[in-house]
Amino acid sequence: MTYKVKLDVFEGPLDLLLYLIKKEEADIFDIPISKITEQYLHYLEYMELLDLHIAGEFIVMAATLMHIKSRLLLPPDEQPPEEVEEEDPRAELVRRLIEYKKFKEAAGELSELERRRSMVFPRSVDETQYIDQTEGPYFEASIFDLINAFSTILKSVSREAFLEVVKDEFTVEEKVHELFHMLVEQPVINFKDIFKKSRSKIELIATFLALLELIRLKEVMVRQHNIFGEIEVVRNPNNIGPKLKAAVEGTPNGTV
Amino acid sequence: MELSEAKKIIEALLFTSEKPITIEQMKEVLEEVDAKDIKTALADLQTEYETLGRSFKVYELAGGYQMVTMPEFADYLKKFYRVKSKDKLTKPALETLAIVAYRQPITKADIEDIRGVNVDGVIKTLADRQLIKITGRKDAPGRPILYGTTKEFLDRFGLSSLNELPKLGEFTESDIDLSELKQGLGGQEVQDGTGEVTQEDRPVGQEDNTAPEQQGAAERQDRPAEGEGK
Repeated sequence: MTYKVKLDVFEGPLDLLLYLIKKEEADIFDIPISKITEQYLHYLEYMELLDLHIAGEFIVMAATLMHIKSRLLLPPDEQPPEEVEEEDPRAELVRRLIEYKKFKEAAGELSELERRRSMVFPRSVDETQYIDQTEGPYFEASIFDLINAFSTILKSVSREAFLEVVKDEFTVEEKVHELFHMLVEQPVINFKDIFKKSRSKIELIATFLALLELIRLKEVMVRQHNIFGEIEVVRNPNNIGPKLKAAVEGTPNGTV
Repeated sequence: MELSEAKKIIEALLFTSEKPITIEQMKEVLEEVDAKDIKTALADLQTEYETLGRSFKVYELAGGYQMVTMPEFADYLKKFYRVKSKDKLTKPALETLAIVAYRQPITKADIEDIRGVNVDGVIKTLADRQLIKITGRKDAPGRPILYGTTKEFLDRFGLSSLNELPKLGEFTESDIDLSELKQGLGGQEVQDGTGEVTQEDRPVGQEDNTAPEQQGAAERQDRPAEGEGK
């Protein structure tokens, strides 16, 4: 498959770490490095399997994690040089994560300010000012939620299905259209259901990449009622228009 | 001029203006009335509308004042004007914007340090939407470009100035007692070149500010054990 979804529209390595820490219900000040590193690498494998364009930053973080892990395994120095306080090898990472988390939270607050601002109208109504926020108690699922859900689906597909000789080739483009038609008929689809028709691993992957592409193009949104809950795929109410065809056929230009 | 007279003139200005009017602009018209009295008049107007239960209010936005409708009528107005939605900002875009807003002026490299990813695309999007702009160049090797937020940013988020940004995060560096990290193993400082962490909970005032009271200006805290343990 020569189809790469650019991940920079989605989240980065720090997001993945925060996601894993939350998922493991781990204490950010006492990160279980072994476990988190293992999981982190696991996600990278999935990203590779999906042939997602993995940014170099993800690899650098993997190396950082392994470095920290190895240092935690070393016995402490017999004679600490003078009275230099030995810092936890994880300290630097914790600092970065916390610093980053502050801004993630600030981004959430900005989003709320934007919503409030969109409720008041000045004397001249700007026709594009209103930001639809009728999403209710949902929040957007992250790329890691999607990968997580997808890994469950890959595992649950029976081996037999994989042994079937499937000659058909699937292109992501076809899947984009298929998915789009599904959403026209049924505006809210459970994440699992978009894979119902898929017969092979290749087809599953093509479907998943099609979903990512539609998210990137802001044609669809993925949302959850609660953290790590079921994922629903919905059409983006802000973007219902006939732009899709042109956007898919043209080269993806990776705008955010 | 009587204050009550000035108040009526201000009301007339606000009523007709499609854009926020600054105190300075009002002063030009009202001549002998000073800024303090104009502020009082604006507050009076606001109280009046509130007590009368009007459907509009005086709103301080992007350094000026404007009449806007009350939020509860949003749905009807939206219907009437067939208002379309503005393109929503993606999470990475909002995060990057938050970093620029709180840490401006800031270079792309510094933003990337915090976010841990390349931000070329996001910076372009934010600049295209005029939410950020180039504010200068840093006096450092390569003279990297510095970014800051714009008036459009303030408008979009309903802020009158940068000082109105919500306080940043409940964690501050001082809350993190690093000695409490439960394992004190390891002999070296991790070298991953993130550079120093500056601590400031509010952005430093910049030209768009009407009330440039500067707070928390880049107060640096040295990291414990920085460069030690070798």
